[in-house]
Amino acid sequence: MSLSVTALSVAKSSTAILSDVGFSAPAGRITGLIGPNGAGKSTLLSALLGLVPAQGSIAFEGNDLPRMRRRDRARLLALVEQSTATEERLSVHDVVALGRIPYEAAWQAEPNPEDEAIIDQALADTGTTGFAARRFTTLSGGEQQRVHVARALAQQPRLLLLDEPTSHLDIRAQLQLLALLRQKAGAGMTILVALHDLNLAARFCDHLVVLANGRLAAQGSPAEILTPELLRSVYGVSARLVSDTANGCPLIVYDEAIAEGDAQIPD
Amino acid sequence: MTITHRLSLPALAVLLIASAVAAVTFGPADITPGEVWSVIAHHLGILPESPVSRLRDAIVWELRLPRVLTALGVGAGLALSGAVMQALTRNPLADPFLLGLSSGAALGAVSFLLLGLTLLMPLGAFFGSLGALALALLIAQLLGGATPSRAILAGICIAALASAATSFLIFWSATGDSYREILSWLMGSLSGSIWSDAGLVYLALAACLPIILANGRALDAFAFGDTAAASLGIDVPRLRWTLLGATALLTGIMVAIGGAIGFVGLVVPHAVRLAVGSAHRKLLPHLMLAGAIFMLWTDTAARTLFDPRELPVGIITALIGAPVFLAVLLRYRRIT
Repeated sequence: MSLSVTALSVAKSSTAILSDVGFSAPAGRITGLIGPNGAGKSTLLSALLGLVPAQGSIAFEGNDLPRMRRRDRARLLALVEQSTATEERLSVHDVVALGRIPYEAAWQAEPNPEDEAIIDQALADTGTTGFAARRFTTLSGGEQQRVHVARALAQQPRLLLLDEPTSHLDIRAQLQLLALLRQKAGAGMTILVALHDLNLAARFCDHLVVLANGRLAAQGSPAEILTPELLRSVYGVSARLVSDTANGCPLIVYDEAIAEGDAQIPD
Repeated sequence: MTITHRLSLPALAVLLIASAVAAVTFGPADITPGEVWSVIAHHLGILPESPVSRLRDAIVWELRLPRVLTALGVGAGLALSGAVMQALTRNPLADPFLLGLSSGAALGAVSFLLLGLTLLMPLGAFFGSLGALALALLIAQLLGGATPSRAILAGICIAALASAATSFLIFWSATGDSYREILSWLMGSLSGSIWSDAGLVYLALAACLPIILANGRALDAFAFGDTAAASLGIDVPRLRWTLLGATALLTGIMVAIGGAIGFVGLVVPHAVRLAVGSAHRKLLPHLMLAGAIFMLWTDTAARTLFDPRELPVGIITALIGAPVFLAVLLRYRRIT
């Protein structure tokens, strides 16, 4: 069972943002969603969440995602955005407890013991137990992002979506976050993560989905699809691929941007 | 949790009742708390014979009690409106007065009054506040998204327009005493509140409170924005319009009764948040009671400080509110 997207199209005011995108993300694996700015990565994640009207089908573990009730969908998939801030006076525990909203009864005043156990587990999984009582706004960017992941885990999702979760983090926090995702995938969670950094994607993802101009440009394992030709046609850069001898991942060395006219960016 | 809870609901409730009784005793005629209880007990049929003279009974029952109850309800309603608007628009500066809703409601109310639709005046106020809200959100959208400062600028624009239209209507239509009366009401005043005013305020609260309290948890989901709320299973557009509609109704009715009493929706939620945190299921009941108490004491000050003259209570709330507005502005300067 996996996430399977077929013939997905999204248009905003008659401009196509995604056209006929089809791919699958294997269960219990990390799938990286890559592509240049404006390729449609965020729109694709929004469509999976049912936030934008889309044509085509999105199936996950036998569920037709766009047709599910919002609450049920929020129990099945969770989203971690690019570092999002708040001005509210919330403790880290309060923020993680937001993840229990899809499970709470309408008039439930406090998280019940079962919710508390799940919140505690999410805090422990992300190494944020020590911050639980602190106010969210006093944490560093990396710590805040881990708390967001904890909140998403408290939703107990089977499918975790992340939209460029590493973009404002320092390198250590990036590696910590991706190691956490590895661990969660190992425990059976399906993960789809939009990433900017191709070397991080090559190192941590099992499967890559490449978008360009709202269309699927390629999908497959990092070793298969990260080629100088793809980097040239999709990103408009000339680059070389060397092998990282320590772990066998492809490593990209960028040379230069190709002049506009020379890049063969697919339509 | 480190965000400690220094206010408790029972303590606030006791303070509210004690304040209400104390406020009834304040005024030109000296009334004791014992007399207040006797009058209430007598009118509720618990005491068949009242030991209080008819004049003093009338002062308590006809003048002070309706006004105190109106003040409590208006304070609770304005504080709730402010808190809901702040959460839904993620704008710490949102307030029915600052976003132009109060001015819109005043224009609606005055228009209906001058059209001779005196009984429907609260409905006019509701239409006015709803129109102002829709316009504020539309202008903020035209400016490229409703950031806090854009929403305030839109509110300034609407308030200026609505106030000019209101002044124009009053200038053409009102004379002498009615002129002075309308101006005093426009500045925000609970002077002359009667039982039917209190009734209308509590009717509006009864209509809106269940909707707002039932969605308290959903308001928490907006802490990180619309997308985050939607990913938690919240129907964002529907919730937004339902709750903003409820706040427009509350504001409209509160303005119809008390005029444009500003800043209550700003001062009270911010103060209460410092004490109990931002979790709305906890915050909303606390700030309702706190708003009621705040309004009661500012109104009591308004009617007793310069006795026998009465100050419009809007002047007092603005004197307190404007510095708080500045403090909030400084505190959130990064995002405004």
